[in-house]
Amino acid sequence: MELYPVFMWLHDLLESTGIGEPWSTIISYGFLAVTVFGTLSILALFLVWWERKIAGHIQQRFGPMRTGWHGWYQTIMDAVKLLQKEDIRIATRDKAVFFWAPVVCFVAAYLAYVVIPFGENLIVADLNVGILYIIAVTTFTVISLLMAGWGSNNKYALLGGMRSAAQVVSYEVPMAVSILTVIVFAGSLSMVDIANAQQGNIIFNWFIFKPPFGIIAFLTYITAATAEANRTPFDIPEAEQELVAGYNVEYSGMKFAMFFLAEFVNLFTVSAIAVTLFFGGWHGPLLPSWIWFLLKTFAVILLLMLFRWTFPRLRVDQLMEFAWKFLVPLTFANLILAGWFKYAGWHW
Amino acid sequence: MDASVSPVFWILAAVIILSAIAVVSLKNIFHCALFLILCLFSVAGIFILLHAEFLAAAQVLIYVGAVAILIIFAIMLTTNLASRTIQQVNKHALTALFGCALFVLAMVGLFRQSGVWNWTQTALPDENVLTIGKLLMTKYMLPFEVVSVLLLAALIGAIALAREEKS
Repeated sequence: MELYPVFMWLHDLLESTGIGEPWSTIISYGFLAVTVFGTLSILALFLVWWERKIAGHIQQRFGPMRTGWHGWYQTIMDAVKLLQKEDIRIATRDKAVFFWAPVVCFVAAYLAYVVIPFGENLIVADLNVGILYIIAVTTFTVISLLMAGWGSNNKYALLGGMRSAAQVVSYEVPMAVSILTVIVFAGSLSMVDIANAQQGNIIFNWFIFKPPFGIIAFLTYITAATAEANRTPFDIPEAEQELVAGYNVEYSGMKFAMFFLAEFVNLFTVSAIAVTLFFGGWHGPLLPSWIWFLLKTFAVILLLMLFRWTFPRLRVDQLMEFAWKFLVPLTFANLILAGWFKYAGWHW
Repeated sequence: MDASVSPVFWILAAVIILSAIAVVSLKNIFHCALFLILCLFSVAGIFILLHAEFLAAAQVLIYVGAVAILIIFAIMLTTNLASRTIQQVNKHALTALFGCALFVLAMVGLFRQSGVWNWTQTALPDENVLTIGKLLMTKYMLPFEVVSVLLLAALIGAIALAREEKS
């Protein structure tokens, strides 16, 4: 399954012009990759603007107002500004590592979109290991944080990188186990199968409505996902008011922008996964499937943004204790009980 | 191997071999660790070519996500390692080369002797992951559990070693 309408249309068009088989496939896939990349960039820019507006209104101010209607192209101007900025490269950096860290970070965020179903048949590839693939490729984010910390050759960046990596690695465990609970319900790792398993019965087939396991899995997932996306209350990696920054302290210009955009792409990723796993994916009445998917995803993103502007930040030791002493046992108990229910064949 | 996938296979094979050589020859230990990651990641690519997606995901998850990150953490936490260049060869380089040459010769000999490779003609099961899961929980239950206990033992051992003695 490959973004069926677009891919097949382009593939047939290329075939009709008489280009050979390997090239038509390669060009169609290249076009797909560029499409997904463009969509993600626009989404990330929009999310930055949205976040700033929400932050503004929560703090009784307007946020960006001067560029267009309610400042709608503020982030586009910001991106242009970042592109033009001087790329400051400290002399003692580890050249190759410093250069590749933001690239790895962005690619890791981007790779997850291979298996995210944006709508009916709107998926790049329906791998049968779908969700496991996402968990696997997002580990490259950790590598990029460590690379950035090391490549900067600066003790604060190094400490920041390790702090972020420790956080992401710790919260990956409860996140993966919460996802496993959903896999127990659905009986498949494929994102399309998981979404299809929640079809029908208005909204009561959604996995979040499988009490108590669905709701517990969702709460633990959304908590861990907040930490994975480095957002307040878990934004120790770059606590602006307290620590200045972490792994990205030496980065400027476009390289900084890549870390920054990757963060918002990750925000969209974790929300899209939440929608697919707990809120029925793209299924919904009347409207086209991709609109439903985007609506639900933006609802989850709004929730995460409200978290960010309402909760105070956790201290680093509280952060780790919360992951290992509370979330991990809870998610494991939830998984075992859900598996037991499923095995016993009880319906709920 | 299918002709259409062979260029991808050759690219992956070249990346694996070159990065593996980089792991054992570079002077900066952090670069070695990064090339190890590249090497292990490319092996996952080979698994994808063989239609073993689960194995590929597990490879990335375990080797890149856990083992490699652990190695990088160990490097970062080791004091005074940052600016040091490490020695990758010692006096026994020549002896080792001789040993490796013997091994390569033996392998080439074996491959030539065995002649044709055994290919299975049966198609892959559709539900690859399902089959693996069922087999792990039935036929291979004991090895699976033993591995889990081994990992748990390693975890407890690491905590016991890292814990400071209360004096």
